[in-house]
Amino acid sequence: MFDKILPYLLAGVSVGGQYALIAVGYTMVYGILRLINFAHGDIFTAAGFFMVYLVAAMPLAVSVPLVIILTVALGFTVERVAYKPLRSAPRMSIMISAIGASYLLQNLMWYVTGGLAKQYPVLPWLSDTVSLGAASTKVVTLVTPVLTVALVIGLVMLIKRTKIGMAMRAVSRDFETSQLMGIKINSVISMTFIIGSALAAVGSMLYFTNYSTVTPTVGAMPGLKAFVAAVFGGIGSIPGAVIGAFIIGICENLIKGAGYTAFSDAFTFALLIAILLFKPNGLFGEKLSEKV
Amino acid sequence: MKKVFALVVALVLVLSFTTVAMAEDTVKIGVFEPSSGDNGAGGRQEVLGIEYANKLKPTVEIGGKTYNVELVVVDNQSASDKAVTAAQSLVSDGVSIVLGSYGSGVSMAGGDVFAAAGIPAIGISCTNPNVTLLCDYYWRICFLDPFQGSVMANFAAEKGCKKAYVLTMLGEDYGNGLGYYFTDAFQKLGGEVVSETFPEGTSDFSAYLNNAVKAGCDVIFAPSATTYASLIIDQAAAQNISFPLMAGDTWENSVILDAAKGKNIDVYVSTFFAEDESNAAAVEFVSGFKAWLNENSDKLTNNGGNDIVAAVSVLGYDAYNVALAALEAAGSVDPADIAAALPSVTYNGITGSIAFDENGDAKKDMAYIKKADGDAGAFVFEKTQSVAELEK
Amino acid sequence: MKKQSVAKPIVSALVVALIFVLAWLAEKTNGSSSMLVTVLKKGAVYALIAVSMNLLNGFTGLFSLGQAGFMLVGAYTYAIFTIPLAKRVAVYQYYAGGCVGVELNFVVALILAGVVAALFAALIGFPVLRLKSDYLAIATLGFAEIIRAIVQWDSLGPVTNGSNLLKTYPTFNSIMPKDMSVLFPFIVAGVCIALILLLINSTYGRAFKAIRDDEIAAEAMGVNLFHHKQMAFVISSFFAGVGGALLAMYQGSLQANAFKSSMTYEILLIVVIGGMGSVSGSVIASFLFIACSEWWLRFLDNTTFIGDFQIPLLGSGFRMVVFSVVIMVVVLFFRRGLMGDRELWELRCAPRRANKGVKA
Repeated sequence: MFDKILPYLLAGVSVGGQYALIAVGYTMVYGILRLINFAHGDIFTAAGFFMVYLVAAMPLAVSVPLVIILTVALGFTVERVAYKPLRSAPRMSIMISAIGASYLLQNLMWYVTGGLAKQYPVLPWLSDTVSLGAASTKVVTLVTPVLTVALVIGLVMLIKRTKIGMAMRAVSRDFETSQLMGIKINSVISMTFIIGSALAAVGSMLYFTNYSTVTPTVGAMPGLKAFVAAVFGGIGSIPGAVIGAFIIGICENLIKGAGYTAFSDAFTFALLIAILLFKPNGLFGEKLSEKV
Repeated sequence: MKKVFALVVALVLVLSFTTVAMAEDTVKIGVFEPSSGDNGAGGRQEVLGIEYANKLKPTVEIGGKTYNVELVVVDNQSASDKAVTAAQSLVSDGVSIVLGSYGSGVSMAGGDVFAAAGIPAIGISCTNPNVTLLCDYYWRICFLDPFQGSVMANFAAEKGCKKAYVLTMLGEDYGNGLGYYFTDAFQKLGGEVVSETFPEGTSDFSAYLNNAVKAGCDVIFAPSATTYASLIIDQAAAQNISFPLMAGDTWENSVILDAAKGKNIDVYVSTFFAEDESNAAAVEFVSGFKAWLNENSDKLTNNGGNDIVAAVSVLGYDAYNVALAALEAAGSVDPADIAAALPSVTYNGITGSIAFDENGDAKKDMAYIKKADGDAGAFVFEKTQSVAELEK
Repeated sequence: MKKQSVAKPIVSALVVALIFVLAWLAEKTNGSSSMLVTVLKKGAVYALIAVSMNLLNGFTGLFSLGQAGFMLVGAYTYAIFTIPLAKRVAVYQYYAGGCVGVELNFVVALILAGVVAALFAALIGFPVLRLKSDYLAIATLGFAEIIRAIVQWDSLGPVTNGSNLLKTYPTFNSIMPKDMSVLFPFIVAGVCIALILLLINSTYGRAFKAIRDDEIAAEAMGVNLFHHKQMAFVISSFFAGVGGALLAMYQGSLQANAFKSSMTYEILLIVVIGGMGSVSGSVIASFLFIACSEWWLRFLDNTTFIGDFQIPLLGSGFRMVVFSVVIMVVVLFFRRGLMGDRELWELRCAPRRANKGVKA
């Protein structure tokens, strides 16, 4: 019995870890700006394309850090261009701007790639195949959850222990008051986008090593699912987002394993709606009356 | 600044004159193909075949007058909703006849637009029966899915496979049709079939492949767009799947060779054409086409970065020549005349002789099965299969 | 004042009649398959859909992203009930002709399309309308995706043809006399938009706007929040369903795959460009949006040579890049869109009204 389920669990844990790295970006941005950053999934995709093009031009040791830097720069730019001018605008305007930014990024990637799928480069070691009893998979499947948890622990330490982390917590608690207390709101928000984008870049490396084709719209679904994971875990809560992501990844694969393949995406949304209706604060969310 | 402006004006004037000069005695052939989206890679190869044919025969005799042939290429983006407007733009450009498309869904979607405008279209590698059955203005020069499905089912049965896992994409008419006819034929041969579908944009196929293993299947039949094909092959290799993968004509693409490179996995495809030494026209085409590709780096990129001749390129070449034959037979550039002339057009192409039946389908009775050899970077010819052999 | 109220309906009737005559002339002179007529048809369809979304997002302040789902329901309802019985065996090729044995008149089917979409909305609205702003948005988006998954489900194949193409149902060209096909979407969309306008100017419409401006104040004034939100949601979905059916008629073939969230985003952007809370803005923006994306900007997609000089950047996909940059500029710098929350016919009257206010 376990032998039968093991391959699905492996795939679920792996994809869950990748969702988690995206979900952290969502949950941090939402915690501070109350904004669903629709463009986050596209930043994740862009990181994939950066890798495709950079590896063709330079050695891996240079291109990996460069991918992270470029992705961070992109996330930072999106915030500065599309969200900052609308800081005082109604929330609906910012969300529309987020949708517009996502639309622009997708079209831009479509144009640059000619609308064709690109093959992701093979990363040594991570792409190797390992056998685990009855199941066989790529090394990256096993590395993902470990790396994800390590990165998230690091991030939680950053938020709990450092000054910028304290500022982030303050801003997410009360936007206006923290401004009055002399916290530089804009640099805190930029920092949030930088961290979120860096994690998305790492996530994209793991994701595309596993699923080696990059297309301009490939990030849309993982992006939405990661958002659901963030809501599920309680928006604003980083451990919540990670646990939510793993649960979604595993459930999705088990559902496919049970034969309901057509509903694996729909399940995620059904879960979202159920959460919103019955436990709007998610698993670990703090109770904020104005949230929902 | 003024000088620049004057120069631009002069250029525009010259350009407009040249277009006016060209407008005389020009017949427009619409090329309705995807160059982006899931089927972009294959669509580009099909266009290359048409362009090569156009380079060899840039003019056509119609009613005793020589016409220049102008290709009007649009991108239908592999999506049935985008295809409608792409088809509209061809119609409003005033094309006399349309070639394409790669992919059945877009052909069916575009078919209505062409039918409403009364413009005939020649399907090149769209294999779903409904392309011609539900549209009076669509003809087709390749074989159909019921045939292709049973070819692959027979091949699987010959390989000793007992239980097949059929994996297709939701909402893709090509894959669903081929999967359906494969299932039908394979069950008639005494095999078992497990079918599943994946939603558009899926990247993670590990659960599907696990399902195939769990169900005890010994062959996977996964007719799908090349975008998904490379993911399926890659993940099947990662999961050490020991039984063969099979698919239809779309998989005969260098994307598949790249995906299979250095991996221990068997991939079989059925297709429209094989480089056959005994066929003089084919040999000539292959060498000429390769030389043409290597001359121009853009063309080479569109072919996937190498000079492997795809079957769809050959079909594209034949389709262009069928269109010219239809124009000659009609003796006019009026779409209505061409549509009236098409049913009786015959043409001896590289992929075999082409004559249309009452549905508008070419009577093609031969499929070629090839095996992907990723390390050699080529598709290796395995065997041919004809209708007559199937009926035995 | 009295004079004006008599003149207004006459003027608007004349304007509408003029638009219809112009559209008809466009088709008469350019032919049904010209790009101009194509844009007019698709623009009219999108105008209805955009106005229906505006009713929800712009007038009631409910940020819903479920439009594509309701359009899908409407389009499928229309197609399923109008495919000629004789052709069903071929269309439902894998499902032995399907199990729906009725063929309805296209007008009945159009209304039915709206009704079924509205029913779905009533069911979905019950739970989700308790949510607010972005949570409502993401929940409706989720429902649209769920609807799409259900329609594509293989077990429903005998009804929906699974995920395969539906076609051969009546289209604009097949039901209208030659060279009149453009009038059908104009008539249907025109009637529907007129109904929406009547609704907006009624007591209900004022209650909707009150909810948009301040929910708590509206409730204090005696507006039943849930009742009115549900009503706006259901009515908007009814027209989205009719719009979806029109879109199916325009396309001539139908597949659930096309009704993705990106379709909703496109409609939302049209509403924003036209101005949240302006019906005429949505209508104008629809025609502009469709004309730009399908026609005027197409040259950007073709590599163009002047002599031997290739104009840089032009190439496949560039059109959509330029297009999305323009949209971002509108979203960021012209947040009120073309019309803000005013209507075309209010533009001229606005200063006069302001004067009156001063005198009083």
